[in-house]
Amino acid sequence: MISPASTLTIALRALRANKMRSSLTMLGIIIGVAAVIAMLSIGAAARQRIADEINSMGSNLLIVFSGSTSSGGARMGTGTDPTISLEDVEAMLRECPSVLDAAPMHSGSAQIVYGNRNWSTGIIGTTASVLHINAWEMLHGRAFTPQDERYSAKVCLLGMTVADELFGAIDPVGRIVRIKHVPFRVLGVLKPKGQSMTGQDQDDVVYVPITTAQRKLFGGTLPGMVRFVMVKATGLHALDQAEQEIVALLRHRHRIGPGQTDDFTVRNLTQMMQIAITLANIMTILLGAIASISLLVGGIGIMNIMLVSVTERTREIGIRIAVGAKTWDIRLQFIMEAMTLSLIGGLIGIVLGQAGSIGLCMAAGLPVHVSAAGIALSFGFSAAVGIFFGYYPAHKASLLNPIDALRYE
Amino acid sequence: MTAPVDATSHLINLRTVSKEYAMGDNRIRALDDVSLTIARGEFVSVMGPSGSGKSTLMNIIGCLDTPSAGSYRLDGQDVGRLGRDELARIRNRTIGFVFQGFNLLARTSALENVALPLLYSGSRAEERYSRAREALATVGLADREHHHPNQLSGGQQQRVTIARAIVNQAPVILADEPTGNLDSATGIEIMNLFVRLNREAGITVIVVTHEREIAQYGRRLIKFRDGRIVSDAELAP
Ligand SMILES: Nc1ncnc2c1ncn2[C@@H]1O[C@H](COP(=O)(O)OP(=O)(O)O)[C@@H](O)[C@H]1O
Ligand SMILES: [Mg+2]
Repeated sequence: MISPASTLTIALRALRANKMRSSLTMLGIIIGVAAVIAMLSIGAAARQRIADEINSMGSNLLIVFSGSTSSGGARMGTGTDPTISLEDVEAMLRECPSVLDAAPMHSGSAQIVYGNRNWSTGIIGTTASVLHINAWEMLHGRAFTPQDERYSAKVCLLGMTVADELFGAIDPVGRIVRIKHVPFRVLGVLKPKGQSMTGQDQDDVVYVPITTAQRKLFGGTLPGMVRFVMVKATGLHALDQAEQEIVALLRHRHRIGPGQTDDFTVRNLTQMMQIAITLANIMTILLGAIASISLLVGGIGIMNIMLVSVTERTREIGIRIAVGAKTWDIRLQFIMEAMTLSLIGGLIGIVLGQAGSIGLCMAAGLPVHVSAAGIALSFGFSAAVGIFFGYYPAHKASLLNPIDALRYE
Repeated sequence: MTAPVDATSHLINLRTVSKEYAMGDNRIRALDDVSLTIARGEFVSVMGPSGSGKSTLMNIIGCLDTPSAGSYRLDGQDVGRLGRDELARIRNRTIGFVFQGFNLLARTSALENVALPLLYSGSRAEERYSRAREALATVGLADREHHHPNQLSGGQQQRVTIARAIVNQAPVILADEPTGNLDSATGIEIMNLFVRLNREAGITVIVVTHEREIAQYGRRLIKFRDGRIVSDAELAP
């Protein structure tokens, strides 16, 4: 029996004898493996990103929207008037034991002006609770106080993007900006939060006290009402309990009789994230499957070339069999050749796929993800492709009749 | 007319061996009831017209093919019962082939070509190459070990083939028209090499040829026609 090292030597020599053909065959595997690696690691990065976001938001969040839901689960159109009042929010904090904190949210958009600079951005009326609930921190200055909220103080907090656009290198704290011609004093700047999952800039925003937003900026809608409330439960296990308490409280306060539909909607953020993760997984599987097809095509390329090679080298095979090569000696020689093609192709593909996915993730602002398991899997998979697609040609070679093979022109 | 044989030292023993090939509806009887014994150390020439079954006989003796009928014992072993890999092992250890068309691996050095049988008997690299060098020296090609077949003359290529045939110390060399592609002077060199290997190393040599001058190098001449032995006689030295 011939040694594996000798078999490898023979395989490498045979592949070197046909450099162009070997490289082109490898290219199929390279593309296939690179595509699989890239798709898997981008998918993993997206999933990681979603998981990070869940963790950063705190997983025990609920959002209570004004208005009922349509059957698909989406919120009703914007025409609906807000149904949740600030008093409702205060009642939640007071009467629902599973609610740790709640921040009313009322948003709109407006131009914000400082000196000769202006910037269109989202304005969110809320309370300082939003910072606690989301674990957001101030970069400069301070947050609102209950006094600011009670007296509708004309103060605001800037997101990093807005601060940069309006002030550049100047320290914004204490300066006066104008929102809808109303002067506001900048209390502070929030620490940058980066892009959201949907690619939105979460720092392109201005926060003002909820009462200020209602009275001074977006007075058009019903006074004292908010579009949604961000609620933090006392713990992950208290989420369902908190939801029940809120539903009961609001139904009571809004005098909704049995059988009538709610005029609000409670959403569990974790559930929403789970849906996002499931979607990301499905995307990963789908893209991975498409990429696997190119790997399959690469494998078929190997099989094709090996079949050609076996035919071309019929005489060589005949000589080897005549001087004593056994069935497995020949079979291993050709399997080794196919495997060498697929493994070298696989290694190059892994490097390219990983480099490509790192580039793509960085461009898309996703966390860079190098999956050792994915690399090991692709390596194993390319070896398997070599064995699987090399076996038939190798088998064919090993069963050649030496007399016919020696006579082959 | 039969050559003297010593029953105890029969190396090759064919009893009523036939080989048939199916050609469409026809059956070609390439070997027809051939019985033949060859003792260790003999030098046998096989002559006959083209298509008379000489190559078929050599293929069966060389374990590249098996009889359709009859039995073949090589060194006491019934070859007809052996499987593909066992036959490969016998070819590797017992038989050295020399073909008309040389059958060397292209783009492969003389040394590697000669070492090929040792690769399949599982020898380690150092042993393979030292024995291949010895074999190349025996055939007078010590200085050509790195040449590829296309850098060698026909005679030199045939000597590489002979080195490959003796490298594993096989007791039998089967040469099917070894001089067929060579000019007569080179053919004589090759035949002298066989004579030397037969005399000095005691290797059993069977040479197929259709040239009388070449057949004269053997000490026993078997004539073939239509798949049958028509004469079998000792040759005067
Ligand atoms: N593989 C084969 N299939 C069919 N017929 C064959 C085959 N090999 C040899 N023959 C036939 O067997 C006969 C003997 O052939 P062969 O032994 O090669 O003759 P020689 O070597 O004496 O010229 C010829 O008629 C040849 O056509
Ligand atoms: Mg012939």
